[in-house]
Amino acid sequence: MALSKEQIAQRIAKEVKDGYYVNLGIGIPTLVANFVQNDIEVDFQSENGVLGMGPFPFEGEEDPDLINAGKQTITTLPGASFFDSAMSFSMIRGQHVNLTILGAMEVSQNGDIANWKIPGKMVKGMGGAMDLVASAENIIVAMMHTNRAGESKLLKNCSLPLTGVNCVKKIVSNLAVLEVINNSFKLIERAPGVSVEEIKTATEGNLIIEGDIPEMKF
Amino acid sequence: MINKTVSNVQEACQGIKDSMTFMLGGFGLSGIPENLIAELVRLNVKDVTCISNNAGVDGFGLGQLLQKKQIRKMISSYVGENAEFERQMLSGELDVELIPQGTLAQRCQAAQSGIPAFYTPAGYGTEVAEGKESREFNGKMHLLEKAFNADFSFVKAWKGDDAGNLVFKGSARNFNPNMCGAAKITVAEVEELVPVGTLDPNHIHIPGIFIQRIFQGENYEKRIEQLTVRKRN
Repeated sequence: MALSKEQIAQRIAKEVKDGYYVNLGIGIPTLVANFVQNDIEVDFQSENGVLGMGPFPFEGEEDPDLINAGKQTITTLPGASFFDSAMSFSMIRGQHVNLTILGAMEVSQNGDIANWKIPGKMVKGMGGAMDLVASAENIIVAMMHTNRAGESKLLKNCSLPLTGVNCVKKIVSNLAVLEVINNSFKLIERAPGVSVEEIKTATEGNLIIEGDIPEMKF
Repeated sequence: MINKTVSNVQEACQGIKDSMTFMLGGFGLSGIPENLIAELVRLNVKDVTCISNNAGVDGFGLGQLLQKKQIRKMISSYVGENAEFERQMLSGELDVELIPQGTLAQRCQAAQSGIPAFYTPAGYGTEVAEGKESREFNGKMHLLEKAFNADFSFVKAWKGDDAGNLVFKGSARNFNPNMCGAAKITVAEVEELVPVGTLDPNHIHIPGIFIQRIFQGENYEKRIEQLTVRKRN
């Protein structure tokens, strides 16, 4: 079975380590916060100027002066801090943020990512994504392996306008965990019940398969 | 202490003309200068360029200026919540320059700091890099980005005093501090204007030297774009 969005988030949460400062993108990445183990210390950064983001507020306690980068009302945890946008991106470009998790429309086998624009259709802007992918040491992409027409989104070359070049290191899709290495996607894990053949068919870019590929564990 | 207080938003907006370039603080609808935007609508200035992370929503924030077709060019990082914006952009009525958010913040900061340009890795290898000088530092490619050059900067703070010292609240801080002193004239509207000596100098986020005019704002709506709450158990 291919993973649900929640399961993709759950699998990515295993990559979040004790002591990490983490920036979560909009969509599936936001869900990762729900699955981080309770026994580790992790701080979530929101690029609009919050470090130490907490859960959504209780009804009636929402504050218009306290939102995340998706413009959702949030809370802060003890030890949180606020800062301006320039300082926020000093944290990001200065590599003080340890892990960036974001969504993608396409990823290519050399680690290029496209996630901000579909010419003539969707032009919303890149927000902080270009700064994040250009600077982060550790980028995990959460995405669907194929589009609605069943075409691969893990490509030899991206067809959409790029967000960044040579930057993606790891992908967790609904079918597999893959690393980007040697101009290829290296298959690391399979979603439970998904065969290597299915992943091969769904991947347009070069796919490296070495030995037995284990199923993901949650 | 040099007094920066003006009596109202009309006085704060003296000298504003058609075709000027404005910086406006705020992220989404959080921390936007609501009173100043309303005055720009009333003044009906035309052909303006706005530097703002977002473009408001239909009918609120910068969406009000868009509705009246007062904006010729928008410089933003994300404009996703505004149907009128999209319509004007796709029809070619509105000139739009989309730039990475960190680059936007730093181009404000550079203008504030007297730094004419800087290198950043953001956007290298993308269409943002077109026409820009690039250079390698420490084995990595960077783009040369320039400081903004704006006529007015409009910011919103939580508290301020007559000297123009500002204190921000929560994530409503965002781009506001970076835009202070980043244009020829910076105008600050505040929720609470207090006499000098009231604010603890240790707690001031932006010193009054960066501000030319400050006034007490009125009737803040503070709309929430995405109300997300959890249920009490």
